[in-house]
Amino acid sequence: MRRLLPGWPSRLVPALPGLWLLLFVAAPLLVVAVLALSWAAEGVPPFALPWAVPGQGLNTEALALALWDGYYRAAFLDALLVAGGTAGLCLLLAFPMALGLVRAPARSRPLLLGLVLLPFWTGFLPRLGAWVGLLRDEGWINSLLQSLGLIEAPLPLLYSWPALFLGMVHAYLPFAVLPLYTALSRRDPALEEAAADLGAGPWPVFLTVTLPLALPGLAAAFLLVFIPAAGEYVIPELLGPPEAQMVGRVLFQEFFQNRDWPVAAALAVLLLLVLLVPIRLFQRLEAEP
Amino acid sequence: MRRRGLLARAGLLAGLAFLWLPVLLLAAYAFSADRIPFQWGGFSLRWFAALGADDRLVEAALLSLRVALGAASLAVLLGGAIGWVLARQGPFRGRALFGALSGAPLVLPDVVMGLALLLFFVLLQRLTGWPAERGALTILLAHATIGAAYVAVLAQARLAVLAPELEEAARDLGAPPLTAFLTVTLPLMAPSLVAGWLLAFTLSLDDVVVASFVSGPAGTTLPMQVFSMLRLGLTPEINALAVVILGMALAVLGVGLAVWKMRK
Amino acid sequence: MPLLSLRGLTRRFGSTLALDGLDLDVAAGEFLTLLGGSGSGKSTLLRVIAGFEAADSGALLFEGRDLAGVPPHLRPLNMMFQSYALFPHLSVAGNVAYGLKRDGVPRAERDRRVAEALAMVGLSGFEGRAPQRLSGGQKQRVALARALVKRPRLLLLDEPLGALDANLRERTGFELRALQRETGAAFIMVTHDQNEALALADRVAVLEQGRLVQLGPPREVYDRPATRFVAAFLGAANVLEGEADGQGGFACPALGATLRPTQLPPGTAALALRPERIFVRAAGGPETVGGVVEDIAFRGDDSLLLVRAAGGALLRVSHAEEDGPPPPRGAALRLGWEAASLVPLSR
Repeated sequence: MRRLLPGWPSRLVPALPGLWLLLFVAAPLLVVAVLALSWAAEGVPPFALPWAVPGQGLNTEALALALWDGYYRAAFLDALLVAGGTAGLCLLLAFPMALGLVRAPARSRPLLLGLVLLPFWTGFLPRLGAWVGLLRDEGWINSLLQSLGLIEAPLPLLYSWPALFLGMVHAYLPFAVLPLYTALSRRDPALEEAAADLGAGPWPVFLTVTLPLALPGLAAAFLLVFIPAAGEYVIPELLGPPEAQMVGRVLFQEFFQNRDWPVAAALAVLLLLVLLVPIRLFQRLEAEP
Repeated sequence: MRRRGLLARAGLLAGLAFLWLPVLLLAAYAFSADRIPFQWGGFSLRWFAALGADDRLVEAALLSLRVALGAASLAVLLGGAIGWVLARQGPFRGRALFGALSGAPLVLPDVVMGLALLLFFVLLQRLTGWPAERGALTILLAHATIGAAYVAVLAQARLAVLAPELEEAARDLGAPPLTAFLTVTLPLMAPSLVAGWLLAFTLSLDDVVVASFVSGPAGTTLPMQVFSMLRLGLTPEINALAVVILGMALAVLGVGLAVWKMRK
Repeated sequence: MPLLSLRGLTRRFGSTLALDGLDLDVAAGEFLTLLGGSGSGKSTLLRVIAGFEAADSGALLFEGRDLAGVPPHLRPLNMMFQSYALFPHLSVAGNVAYGLKRDGVPRAERDRRVAEALAMVGLSGFEGRAPQRLSGGQKQRVALARALVKRPRLLLLDEPLGALDANLRERTGFELRALQRETGAAFIMVTHDQNEALALADRVAVLEQGRLVQLGPPREVYDRPATRFVAAFLGAANVLEGEADGQGGFACPALGATLRPTQLPPGTAALALRPERIFVRAAGGPETVGGVVEDIAFRGDDSLLLVRAAGGALLRVSHAEEDGPPPPRGAALRLGWEAASLVPLSR
């Protein structure tokens, strides 16, 4: 390895950002773990550290509750199902989009890519607001259908599972397009031509060459959507049905409404542990060229 | 081949329509005079005026801007340093931990990150008395930490494609380490740092969850305010706000495209 | 006093020795080429001299001063990188002026010297051009001007011609030598190309696995290779394995003959014989060996014959064009050479 800075500066340069990371990333994660083993208490803040309560020691109740209680287990299941469904739907939409981007003329590609990525910058909440406005009882879609005479009473579109998925896919779609686009644009176009030259028709070329080569990109795109979607709070809160109690929403409620900090911390620890698997998978995919 | 190209193009157009139609509709109706957000009542700018007259929104927007400016700037300093260490610093003790911690904010859900930082601030205050109250400062620190992770990725990627020989050539021509960094490495990293600043800035302006956790009663950011308004339903002010944000985003895209064309 | 002295220079990467106790003196104004294959340590040596790698042991003296611990920016020498390493954010003039700026050369003198250096490499008028918009040959010249503008006593060049087209290489090589004479600086040039090494250098240093295996003027190194490696690397000589028979002869079973070179020092491990020193004869002679032509490759000014000797060895034989058409494949022939053409190899 090349070392340009000899002696002490080479140790000091990683030290400052390293200290920051220890303070603002490592320490908070450690604190969550400690809180998950603390006791709920009356007061501000509403908890007592494990060593602060004489004779009681660690509180494993919050973790046990988060692990075994049916309500919390359903919350985890909901979160995983919604995240998986969202990621799957995003792939279905993103794959043709990425192909279209790769095959677009080089001139217009930056503009198209910009249009895909710009929603990142248009504000997450205004975009959700648009769906609220479109889907609610006196919203655009219901007004349209009513004025066309197709329905009598407004359809209950908002606060439903379809609304939840619409919002989720809309929010996370750019996350799926980008890795797919990079994976597809890195591959050699001569491979498809070689397959065609060897006698494969358009669909066989797609199924035997394009798709298998895109598999790592597809997996990366899936995980890139799945990981943040599993902890989502805002979208189910604004668009989803009341019964869509995803773990992010439950954690929020435990913390802010029930003020049960140990249970909220226990849920965070469990969510982290659950996500460790897809996170490791994603890092493995990224490490491979 | 042709038919499949057509399919892909149709897919791209459908996807773009799905991404953009709701936003464009929302923006268009911001100019409607009608009180109901998606009903046309003739052209009017009254909602933009209402937006400016809503003290709580304006206050929240000013707080958000202040936090985002500070957080993005701090994130560039931190993330640039982290990216440089990951790309250029040789092996050192704790490198694996350093890498894992720098990437953690990218993969941790907002609820976990927000809760963790809040509990940390609460405990820190108990132990040291600092931070005395939660608000703009704690949000800024949280957003800088998260933003730094994104800046680090961009900076590291940029440094990875820059030949280390460039820095060596500077050293060989008589530049001490710091001068070589300032005259060669930093100017070449600049595009990634600018992109990183913009990303950290927007992430900060867009965040509801982390800010809700680490903020106190005094600190309501724009997204927190909009979120609580949206829970009660869409109001025309939010339409107008969306137009403002969209206009800023389009300006950024325009500048980006112009720069890209210039460099070609 | 030599300009640069290397004494027992050693550099280890993990378990491999990149430099293995290297001793070398470079005189002022000399053009030295470091010739070796990949992994021979030639680039590491250049990086150690420039200060980008530290030697594990040994000394590096510049005009008698030990350079150990002197950081690259304080070393009185400059380097031209294989990739040229032109700063993409600076113009051509900005690149050339970079080193002068670091030395605090005043503006007016800086401008004058930049113009001078660019004129020297034939790039006047390119001052404002961005490096990305130069051709390969032009980039090479800017890199050269940037390194020479500081008037170093010693210039290190890492494969300076490696990235150029074949036809540009020869011309640029001549220009390099002219520049070296003009500036009076000593050049140490790393190359893996034997033609370049022989054509440009005052002396050639051949490196193998971090060791200096031969050092001398090009003709001497070519004519009298010291080891099997040098013989094979320079001009692809035939290496004839065998054993001294103790009576002035060298028994070569693969050739089916005992050879009688003019010199046969004790410890001779093998003999080298250049393809162009072999005559093709119809009849026998004192030093002749029978063989059959296995293949022929036409190379312009000569043809290369692969001849299977009676003892099983495959010899490379050059057949000059002026000697008429080469023998066809499958032809039986006799090969001969002067006794003085057999060069004893120590390893």
